[in-house]
Amino acid sequence: MTIRIRGLATGGLLTGALLATTSLASAETLTIATVNNGDMIRMQKLTDDFTAKNPGIELEWVTLEENVLRQRVTTDIATKGGQYDVMTIGTYEVPIWAKLGWLHELSMPADYDVDDLLPSIRDGLTADGKLYAAPFYGESSMVMYRTDLFEAAGLDMPDAPTWDFVADAARKLTDKDNELYGICLRGKAGWGENMAFLSAAANSFGAKWFDMDWNAQFDSPEWNETLTFYVNLMNDAGPPGASSNGFNENLALFQTGKCAMWIDATVAASFVSNPDDSQVADSVGFALAPDNGLGKRGNWLWAWTLGIPASSEKVEAAEKFIAWATSKAYLELVAENEGWANVPPGTRTSLYENPKYQEAAPFAAMTLSSIQAADPKNPTVDEVPYVGVQFVAIPEFQGIGTAVGQQFSAALAGQITVEQALANAQTLTEREMKRAGY
Amino acid sequence: MSRTATPQRKALFTLIGWTIGLVLFFPILWTILTSFKTEVEAVTTPPTFFFFDWTFENYLAVQERSNYFLHAMNSVIISVGSTALGLLIAVPAAWAMAFSPTKRTKDILMWMLSTKMLPPVGVLVPIYLIARDWGVLDTRIALVVVLMMINLPIIVWMLYTYFKEIPGDILEAARMDGASLRQEIVSVLAPMAVPGIASTLLLNIILAWNEAFWTLNLTAAKAAPLTAFIASYSSPEGLFWAKLSAASTMAIAPILVMGWFSQKQLVRGLTFGAVK
Repeated sequence: MTIRIRGLATGGLLTGALLATTSLASAETLTIATVNNGDMIRMQKLTDDFTAKNPGIELEWVTLEENVLRQRVTTDIATKGGQYDVMTIGTYEVPIWAKLGWLHELSMPADYDVDDLLPSIRDGLTADGKLYAAPFYGESSMVMYRTDLFEAAGLDMPDAPTWDFVADAARKLTDKDNELYGICLRGKAGWGENMAFLSAAANSFGAKWFDMDWNAQFDSPEWNETLTFYVNLMNDAGPPGASSNGFNENLALFQTGKCAMWIDATVAASFVSNPDDSQVADSVGFALAPDNGLGKRGNWLWAWTLGIPASSEKVEAAEKFIAWATSKAYLELVAENEGWANVPPGTRTSLYENPKYQEAAPFAAMTLSSIQAADPKNPTVDEVPYVGVQFVAIPEFQGIGTAVGQQFSAALAGQITVEQALANAQTLTEREMKRAGY
Repeated sequence: MSRTATPQRKALFTLIGWTIGLVLFFPILWTILTSFKTEVEAVTTPPTFFFFDWTFENYLAVQERSNYFLHAMNSVIISVGSTALGLLIAVPAAWAMAFSPTKRTKDILMWMLSTKMLPPVGVLVPIYLIARDWGVLDTRIALVVVLMMINLPIIVWMLYTYFKEIPGDILEAARMDGASLRQEIVSVLAPMAVPGIASTLLLNIILAWNEAFWTLNLTAAKAAPLTAFIASYSSPEGLFWAKLSAASTMAIAPILVMGWFSQKQLVRGLTFGAVK
């Protein structure tokens, strides 16, 4: 008997607990979801400037690691959970979400100067002439190399190198006995990991993900050439265990003097040239991502942007915040507090025309050229039906990209041959696309 | 023990014990050491062990950026709350199954365990939608209930095993001596079941403390526990290993200390069961 009574009591308690809701947020508290990158953390520190100018609006931050954040905000926006008022999203999400009606159209104040935003970045955030997210910082990829090692070997890095030159130099500079590797490239599987690098590099070899009828193209000779080139180069001149290296692993290798070259995000330039973080800070040079003489370079284009989910009820306040965080005045605020070298790069033309910025950031010109060299609407040599340089802006791409990345990572690790990896990639992409109704 | 323990044998076992202990503890030790390094030192190869410039700057940076106490408080409330709620339901359930088993008891136990076989992400969207509709997203109460339900099969199973070992004859003897039901439970059963209940409680607090799927997915700013606090220091673009280690050390410290103090109870409960 006692047992039964206890059970009932517990059940009652449980129901009571479930019914008790405690969400009593004040009307003007903005919840902002963001990633843990240096520029975002700096923004959190500077928000006093915003709250002082906008009394009545308070800010609450949710900072998460990129993949966790993506899962989190996607769940929220897809179910209209309404937990966030401002979301940090990438250029991959914006066109897809805008099309689904998940994002509010942004209307910026007159002094915001939308035309000052870099065209290649702005284009990716605009659908039907309407802006759906504002760029907070933008990045492309480029070659970072050790000027001291190049000089010692009698090599001269051109501003716009070819893949042949890069491969040749990498093999010459490799000295495996002394743990010096000619080139460090991403190998860790993932659509935003090795596939970001490989899809962008493939563009410069004339390869593409899909033809105009959405047929997968991994059986093309161009993909074979790209992957063979990559695997051979990494076997000859790459670090051991490269198939598990991502951005951070390569950054650590480069900063500790183990790589002669590294092709990765332009945002890394400020890390490797900062003497507090890098042992090779005083001997780093920059060059555009390599090409193959086909008119396309192997660099990507990415921007972290701020958007407002359709489920937010505080649109006006959220717009004020976004206008503040992506404005020209914000760049000056960062410069004032942290120096020009720490200003979030890659969003505004005026920043690159600013002599103070050019002086403080030796990588500024190369970053701008890299961003301008990428064209998300015409990413590769042939015409393609999709938008995106290192990704294909369709919802299915995350899954397909990661599965293909696993095949290519296995080829790099020597578990399967290049031909097998490409055949598997072709089969799985065809299957997924068919399933998705293309 | 038929074999005599010679000093050599003892020394050998001590050595093996220490080696296994150190290997198991090494990741935690390494995290703690890294938290006292600078960011550059944290990624140096070959890694430095003890001889580096010890610094507290990471702890200061973490303290400055995040509200540690809010997250820690959420962790305490969620883990203790979900365990307490779980025990309230599981104790009667396990009691009934142990002392008045039916022919379906085994099936019920198996069915309960089978709910643990589904990957959590499979039910993420339905649970998220329920939480949204009930207005409990980003509240502690939602996490208390969800974690309680996730851990309930384990609690019931553990308690069932302990209760099962208490011989029904003892209870019968108490009844023969004229003990009332209350006396039977409080004076006879409870003392024998305490080690079992205590170790279940401790283990489930630890499980709930470390749970990182639901606590990350159902919270935003207000109810986020220490798992979200750690996640905010992990970054795919930029090396923040020292800060991440400092955040991790701060997150595991309370549960580590609790584990230390309750070690005896935990080990006893887990190895011996309710009655020796």
